[in-house]
Amino acid sequence: MIRYTSVHKEYPRTGVALTGVSLTVLKGEFVFLTGPSGAGKSTFLKLLYFEERPTRGEVKIGPVSSATASKSDVAKLRRRIGIVFQDFRLLEDRTAEQNVAFALEVIGTPRAVIPAKVNRALQQVGLAAKATALPRELSGGEQQRVAIARALVNDPMVLIADEPTGNLDDRATRGIFELLRSINASGTAVLMATHNLDLIRKNPFRTLELNRGQLVFDSADSPAGAEDL
Amino acid sequence: MRLAVREALLAFRRAPLLSALSVTTIAVSLFAFGLFGLVAVNLRDALRQVEERVEVRAFLAEGTTADAAAAAIGDILAFPEVATATYVTSEQALARARRELGEFEDVFDGGVLPASIEIRLKEGARDPGTVGAVARRLRNFAFVDDVRYGAEWVEKLYRVRTIASIAALALGVAFGAVAIIVIGATIRMTVLARAREIAIMRLVGATDGFIRLPFLLEGLAKGVLGGLVALGATWIAATVISAQIFAVSFFEPRVAILGVLCGAVLGLLGSAVSVGRQLKKV
Repeated sequence: MIRYTSVHKEYPRTGVALTGVSLTVLKGEFVFLTGPSGAGKSTFLKLLYFEERPTRGEVKIGPVSSATASKSDVAKLRRRIGIVFQDFRLLEDRTAEQNVAFALEVIGTPRAVIPAKVNRALQQVGLAAKATALPRELSGGEQQRVAIARALVNDPMVLIADEPTGNLDDRATRGIFELLRSINASGTAVLMATHNLDLIRKNPFRTLELNRGQLVFDSADSPAGAEDL
Repeated sequence: MRLAVREALLAFRRAPLLSALSVTTIAVSLFAFGLFGLVAVNLRDALRQVEERVEVRAFLAEGTTADAAAAAIGDILAFPEVATATYVTSEQALARARRELGEFEDVFDGGVLPASIEIRLKEGARDPGTVGAVARRLRNFAFVDDVRYGAEWVEKLYRVRTIASIAALALGVAFGAVAIIVIGATIRMTVLARAREIAIMRLVGATDGFIRLPFLLEGLAKGVLGGLVALGATWIAATVISAQIFAVSFFEPRVAILGVLCGAVLGLLGSAVSVGRQLKKV
């Protein structure tokens, strides 16, 4: 479903961010992406939702290739990808349900179906009771749930989570991770960038490690390797 | 489209101060433009009135019969530039001189003024070149002694009109450019204020066209509002000048509508230029 082929990414000011990355992620897979700060994790994810294009090589997600995708292809692709960030990226002046509905409105979803979809997504993340709360009235964990509901509301084929628990305490981290697991169990592939090695060690999912822009470890190649991280 | 309209309207509610500032600056730019337009309209009217008085006078040689003059008038009326040609006898000329220059009445006692043919030209044929050409043709009549049309005066009149037209165009373009820059700057502020929202729209798959639309509508609405405010302010200015200083004519309704549409186009242009550039940055 996702294929990186000899991907090299270089920024004009900061230099090489990724080099020679090749891998495949299957449909419905759960993948941890780890590595020290500056290793290239965010660049790796940005290439996946086409925020950036490779300097060399190719990123392919479904039938869409980084080599040929137009702006309109990228917009359509993102409707099939859910993206979650460490800083939630919610609209502060809108309620939880308005934040989720926003993702449907801006892609032209018929108004009649929006409330039901929003309600289902909020129920899925366990926040239906707080649908009318503003982000500032919610805890960090709850805000991240709203962000996940927004990412889920379009039934994505893959959920990209860039340090989704980075701002959360242990309890909230566990809650969010369990939520991501249940989303994955229902068939959505999940790619989660994290520094939390404890989380990685305790969960037997495929793990990718980046260091200085290179893919230095892929547990798919050495299944027992995650223990060594 | 409905969402774009809602977002454009929400932009006014979310940032009322910024929106009011935008509309005010657009209105001020267009008001300046409107005031200048008012000057241009009134100057044009005044010039048209003066222009209507441009006439060519062919003085006839002593002894020219009325029949010869009538035949000449027939020929002159056949000139494509000529609107009217009137025979003025020597007596009529004298009577008119006495009437118009009453204080010099005694000077004309026993005097003789030459008979003449007074020619008025059609609109569009009152420029110095055409007036001069008509005068030259009139001189070819054997019994025409002299032709006068105030050559210098006609040329000056046209020079003033040309300068006024160029100034109107230059200032119009300058004010138009200022309005576009102001609108562009206010839209830029709005785009930056909504950078987070735009980034989220992009992440969830909104197309650039969709993201742009509310800003374009916002620019359009600000342009129309600014245009209406400017129109109102210009009308008040015209009314005050008419009441306090001298009568000025206001824009015809279609020109007023065109002015507001001009605001709309400026708003749209300003936001289109700005939003395209700013969207790349967020």
